[in-house]
Amino acid sequence: MTDMSVPPMSSPIGQPLRRREDHRFLTGAGQYTDDVLMPGQTYGVFVRSPHAHARIGAIRTDAAKKAPGVVDIVLGSELVDAKVGGLPCGWLIHSKDGKPMNEPPHPVLAWEKVRHVGDQVALVIAETYLQAKDAAELVEVDYEELPAVIDTTKAASSSTLVHDGVPHNTCYDWGHGNKDAVDAAFKQAAHVTTLDIVNNRLIPNAMEPRAANAVYTRHDESYTLYVANQNPHVERLLMCAFVLGLPESKVRVIAPDVGGGFGSKIFLYPEETALVWASKRVGRPIKWTADRSEAFLTDAHGRDHVTKAELAMDAQGNFLALRVKTIANMGAYLSTFASSVPTILYATLLAGQYKTPAIYAEVQAVFTNTAPVDAYRGAGRPEATYVVERIVEQAAREMKMDPAKIRRQNFITEFPYATPVGLTYDVGNYAAHLDKAMEMADVAGFAARRQASEAKGKKRGLGYSCYIEACGIAPSNIAGALGARAGLFEAGEVRVHPTGTVTVFTGSHSHGQGHETTFAQVVAAKLGIPVDNVEIVHGDTGRIPFGMGTYGSRSLSVGGTAIVKAVDKVIAKGKKIAAHLLEAADTDVEFENGEFKVKGTDKKVPWGSVSLTAYVPHNYPLDKLEPGLNENAFYDPTNFTYPAGSYICEVEVDTETGKVKIEKFTAVDDFGNIVNPMIVAGQVHGGLGQGLGQAIMEGCHYDPESGQLLTGSYMDYAMPRAMDLPNYDIATTVTACSHNPLGVKGCGEAGAIGSPPAYINALTDALGVKEIAMPATPERVWRAANQQAA
Amino acid sequence: MSIPLSLTVNGKAVTASVDPRMLLVQFIRDHLRLTGTHVGCDTAQCGACTVHMNGRAIKSCSMLALQVQGAEITTIEGLGGQDGELHPMQAAFRECHGLQCGFCTTGMVMSAVDLLKQNPKANEDEIREALDGNICRCTGYHNIVKSIQFCQSGAKASA
Repeated sequence: MTDMSVPPMSSPIGQPLRRREDHRFLTGAGQYTDDVLMPGQTYGVFVRSPHAHARIGAIRTDAAKKAPGVVDIVLGSELVDAKVGGLPCGWLIHSKDGKPMNEPPHPVLAWEKVRHVGDQVALVIAETYLQAKDAAELVEVDYEELPAVIDTTKAASSSTLVHDGVPHNTCYDWGHGNKDAVDAAFKQAAHVTTLDIVNNRLIPNAMEPRAANAVYTRHDESYTLYVANQNPHVERLLMCAFVLGLPESKVRVIAPDVGGGFGSKIFLYPEETALVWASKRVGRPIKWTADRSEAFLTDAHGRDHVTKAELAMDAQGNFLALRVKTIANMGAYLSTFASSVPTILYATLLAGQYKTPAIYAEVQAVFTNTAPVDAYRGAGRPEATYVVERIVEQAAREMKMDPAKIRRQNFITEFPYATPVGLTYDVGNYAAHLDKAMEMADVAGFAARRQASEAKGKKRGLGYSCYIEACGIAPSNIAGALGARAGLFEAGEVRVHPTGTVTVFTGSHSHGQGHETTFAQVVAAKLGIPVDNVEIVHGDTGRIPFGMGTYGSRSLSVGGTAIVKAVDKVIAKGKKIAAHLLEAADTDVEFENGEFKVKGTDKKVPWGSVSLTAYVPHNYPLDKLEPGLNENAFYDPTNFTYPAGSYICEVEVDTETGKVKIEKFTAVDDFGNIVNPMIVAGQVHGGLGQGLGQAIMEGCHYDPESGQLLTGSYMDYAMPRAMDLPNYDIATTVTACSHNPLGVKGCGEAGAIGSPPAYINALTDALGVKEIAMPATPERVWRAANQQAA
Repeated sequence: MSIPLSLTVNGKAVTASVDPRMLLVQFIRDHLRLTGTHVGCDTAQCGACTVHMNGRAIKSCSMLALQVQGAEITTIEGLGGQDGELHPMQAAFRECHGLQCGFCTTGMVMSAVDLLKQNPKANEDEIREALDGNICRCTGYHNIVKSIQFCQSGAKASA
């Protein structure tokens, strides 16, 4: 229930300003990567493996090379000869025995073997897209088919190896927490609840398919890459330093308008890497845009965990210990951040909102002949929340306790709170959002509604989910000690122009989040100038000092803080300029509402005079102050931020058909302070939609024998449509983050994290069953209602 | 082989010579460089390529360019006023935050305009059903439905 009216202009912070980016998107003036057309443009099409696992024999390209319009064909063996490296993994995990994880090569173009359907074998470049497509059909590849490893739970025991040097197809076997304390607590337990859970594999499906356009410029031997990507500087760093051996100064990466990411566009992919390399050989720009079938086959997938969880309690339902054992599917290769998702981003969240004193998690990551799996909206935290919130609900049922009461009784109430899995929650008030959600959901009236449903021959259920997440992963030195191979700061530059208008350069990247509006609100509020006088620039390594990009709901808390720090530097310098103009001491000048004033007097100069003076320094302290008003800042957070919330889902089930109707979905989130409530509401809606999509209908399926992707198009993969999703009742409570100046926490992933367990808890409550696997399709619901094995 | 094609796009006469295999969406994007019409799938499911043909919403990915011989095509670029003024449906999407990444948006707006033309009093269920051919991954549809209802109500968007 967001108030969408715009109050009279005061501070722009907290106002539901309509988005500044919308005009271009609504009029077709957006510029996505595939919209970029370069002079001399050529088109690339990849030849892809039709097999899940095969040895590559001869590759014959003669016919393809003679096809009309063909410019060049690139093979994996040529990249090996050219000493092009493999794609790197950004996070090193050590197994329980201390050994570093297995990191098999991740070639830019497959050679010797293909390891999943869709693995790229050759790049065909032609004058037109259709010519490239036709010629790719003429490339003949000899394959010697091998048995395929597909099932997550069978990978480690398979006699087939995805990578020859990786025994048991195991990337790592990791442990986290205090095993002895957990074992001891289980011996003391009055009751133990156990649950076997599958977190279903998903395909991200940003509506803009991945795309890239690589341009080599001979006169300065430089490369420009347009790419649909969430973090262009990271893309450039990984590509230059680890794969192509190019100086970053010669490579510019531009991520223009990007049509959704949800994690899948964080990663360095083989396709754009091959394009950059080939653009020099061809000497012309090469564009590749994935068709949707390629996106299904090759975008990094999400989730795919198989878990056994056990919760130990005393006789009163106080949680004593949680034990979790998870197998996580990495797919055929280690994608950029794949290794961190089921470990650092998963096991560390298993405390949830509860003061469970002892927790131990074991995670075995396995390779299979499927597409790589990596971060997808929430990345590890939805999986953790699903484990915790499903088992807590089940525990309440077994203990015959009210599910809200058992949660409330175990809530963490004192902050800061150090969990047994390595995080320190800075602030929170979990009872506040649970109370509000219960009131909005009219939990008190549920019994009567259930009776009414039963009178109609239907079943009704109510399910809770009290999630926590960790956003803005940091600080860099701690993350480094945990295996991160990248920094986790953000950079921002605030360039004040002579007339007082401002251009902000941010390392965060907007691909739907509305940064051009939110960040402008923050800067305008700090400087006391109109929002329209602030321009936000993102997504271009050629214009922005540096950046780590947008993922993990970090943009405002980390990227926004970097901007605030740069603004603070601008104000500090502005005070010195103003002090000179006002003939006052620097320390006597204060800045408020766009004016520099001498404290306790009516002497003041406006913002525009100071900015003009900075660039026309006639009356200026040149002996002690440089001209100009342009400041950079880097910000490395001291802690994560911890958004948390309470979701309540109410469903009605037709047991004769298995059809489920979401009667009401209530979401109350604590995101800390909010800059633009309209945009935050939109982020919550979208997250809820994706989470419910996972719970209700989405699921990636491979044929267990052949490894063919069975859900490879919108005809087969159940994407939620407007009819499939409900309206949402949402609200917020606020405990401001204690360690960033805006007091913000992040809102991008919450909905996707919190909603799946709320839905499944409601459904299992309605049917009186322990478990229904996601996606809870009508068939599965019908079978559960009618007690038939799914 | 190329075949001559003539039609009207956004009120202007267009003539061209096209490959018989060329899809209407390729003609719009690559030949006319009207890149507001997007391609989001290859199975005529997502609706990002929706344009109007003789006033009705169609998916331009599932027609050959030569099939629109003599037709009147309107793309998102031709929906609003000449001076950048938004069509009421475009304004409603902005007002109600009915878009995020913008990729599905242009097709969504073209479908929504036709939806209300066919069924001006559509209720929420009818609106949701009529959007079956347009997939959005960002919004969860909540604000898209609100946008269409806002346009339907004739309310005036804020500046």
